[in-house]
Amino acid sequence: MEPTATTALSLPRSIEEIRAEFPILARQVHGQQLAYLDNGATAQKPLAVIETLDRYLRVHNANVHRGVHTLSEEATALFEEARLIMASHLGASRHEVIFVRNATEALNLVAYSWGRTNVKARDRIVVTEMEHHSNVVPWYQLAQEKGADLDWAPIDGEGRLDLDALASLLERGPKLVCVAHVSNVLGTINPIPEIARMAHDAGALLVVDGAQAGPKLELDMAELGADFYAVTAHKMYGPTGVGALFGRRELLEEMPPFIGGGSMIRKVSKELITWADLPAKFEGGTPAIGEAIAFGEAVRWLDELGLPAVHATEVELTSYALERIAEVPRLTVFGPPAGDERGGIVSFAMDGVHAHDVSEILDRHGVAVRAGHHCAQVLMQRLGVPATTRASFAVYNTRDEVDRLIEGLLDTRRIFGE
Amino acid sequence: MDELYRDQILEHYKRPHHFGRPDDYDLEFEDSNPFCGDEQHVFLSLDEDGRVREVGFEGQGCAISTAATSLLTDELEGMTREEILGLPKEFVLDLLGIDISATRMKCAMLGLKVVKGASLGEPADWEDEGEQGDPAEAASL
Repeated sequence: MEPTATTALSLPRSIEEIRAEFPILARQVHGQQLAYLDNGATAQKPLAVIETLDRYLRVHNANVHRGVHTLSEEATALFEEARLIMASHLGASRHEVIFVRNATEALNLVAYSWGRTNVKARDRIVVTEMEHHSNVVPWYQLAQEKGADLDWAPIDGEGRLDLDALASLLERGPKLVCVAHVSNVLGTINPIPEIARMAHDAGALLVVDGAQAGPKLELDMAELGADFYAVTAHKMYGPTGVGALFGRRELLEEMPPFIGGGSMIRKVSKELITWADLPAKFEGGTPAIGEAIAFGEAVRWLDELGLPAVHATEVELTSYALERIAEVPRLTVFGPPAGDERGGIVSFAMDGVHAHDVSEILDRHGVAVRAGHHCAQVLMQRLGVPATTRASFAVYNTRDEVDRLIEGLLDTRRIFGE
Repeated sequence: MDELYRDQILEHYKRPHHFGRPDDYDLEFEDSNPFCGDEQHVFLSLDEDGRVREVGFEGQGCAISTAATSLLTDELEGMTREEILGLPKEFVLDLLGIDISATRMKCAMLGLKVVKGASLGEPADWEDEGEQGDPAEAASL
C-alpha cells in the first residue's frame, strides 16, 4: 500500500485504521480477501454506524412523535438530532430536511408534489443524458401525465455535460432542470453552482440528484444553489431504507403533501384535514427511525474524516486506477480524464467480453464490481454499449485493491483471448 | 478459472451457431433481459409438415446467454412448434452442462424464452426465474 503523502489534504487516521472500522472488509470471497469496489451501488458500514443502529434497537426502540413515555421521547430526540446533523451538513435549516426512503423517493416527492402542482401542458423539463433512471422516470411520468415535454441535455465526447447545449435548451424556458451532481457511470462532477445560475437566470428551478456526491463532496446548499437536493444514506456509509431531501423552505411551504397518513396532519375531521408544519408534512407514516439515527451517525463520521480529504484520497486512487487500467489490452474507459473533476468511478468496456462475464471473473478473484446498464440506459445508448463494468471507490480502498482489479482484468483477457 | 468459462462455452460465445437473420422465415420473436440489457432475436422457418427447417438468431449478450442460445439452436431443426413449447428449462441446462448461479439463470434462459415466443407468436407464459439463490449458503457464514 502506497502512502498518500502526495494528497494536499490528508485523512485524520491511517488507511489501515479506517479499514479496521469496517468489519466486512476482512471477509473472504471465493477464498480471496474481499476487494470491495462496488461503492457506487452501496458503501460498507463502519462500526460507528453498525453500533448506533444496534444500540437504538437494543435500548431506545419506540415510535417517534407519539408517546409521552421515556423510550418514545428518547427515540424522538435521537431522530430529530439526526435531522439537525443532516441540516448542519447541508447548510440548511431543520425545516428543509425531509427524511425519505432513498434518493429515488426524494426525487419522486418533488415530481409528485411540486411537479403536479406547477407543471402544465406544453411546459418543458430538462434532464441530462447522464442521468440515473431515478432522475428520469419521475419526470417522464410527470410529463406524460401533464402533456409536458422532456428535453435531453447532451454530454460531450469526454462525458462532461455540454453547457452550451444546456444554455440553448434553457432558452426554451423550462420549468425545471434535473441533473446529477456526480454521474454514477462516468464519475463526472457537474458544476452545480454554474448550472444553478444558468437555470435560475432562465426562470427554472434546479433539482439535483446527489446520490453519488453524498459520500464524496461537501454539500453546502447555499453555495451549490440547488432548489431541491436528494441524498441516500446507504451510499454515505449509512443503512439502507433512509435518505434525505433538501428543499428550499419557501418552496416546501407551498407544496402539498406527498404521502398521506399519520404524522403529516395537523387536524383531521370528517369535513376537513389540515397539514402539519415542515418537515412533518412530508413524512407520513412511521419512518425508518433507527436507520435515520444511524444515518446521522454516518454523516458525523464522514464530517469527522473531512469530505475534502475523502475526495482527495479518492481522486488520487482513481488517477492510479486510470493509469493502470490502460495496461489492459482492448479496453475502453468512459468519462473525463483523471483529476478533481472526476469522482471515484471508473466504468469501462472490454472488447469482445460482456460486462457480466468480466464481473463474474473478477468475483472469482474476490473483486466486487458492478456490471450492467447502471440504471442509465440513455447514457448506454449515447456511449454505444449495452452495458459497462464499473469499479467505484470509497475512502477505505487501496492501491493494492486496484492492482487486484487489474490482475483480474488481465485474467479475463486471457480467458476470452487476446 | 472454473468450468463456467470452459472451452465449449467460450467457443459457442465467440462463434455462435446459426448466428444471423435468414433470408426468409415464418416466425420471429425478440426479447431482452432487463437485468443486463441482453437482447436476442430468433427467426424460424418451417417445412410443409410444420417442422423447423431453418433457425437463425441475432443479438448481443454475455457468454452464457449467447452460448446457451447457440447450443439450443443446434437442437431445433425438425421440431414442431408444440415440441419447442414443451421444452423444459432443464433441456438448456443439460446442453450447457455447467452449474448456473441464480443471478445468471436469466442469461441462460433468454434463448429458450425467445424461441418459445417465436413458436407462439407472442410472449410465452414464463415463470420468472427470480434471483433467489440458496439462503443457506449465506446463513452458513
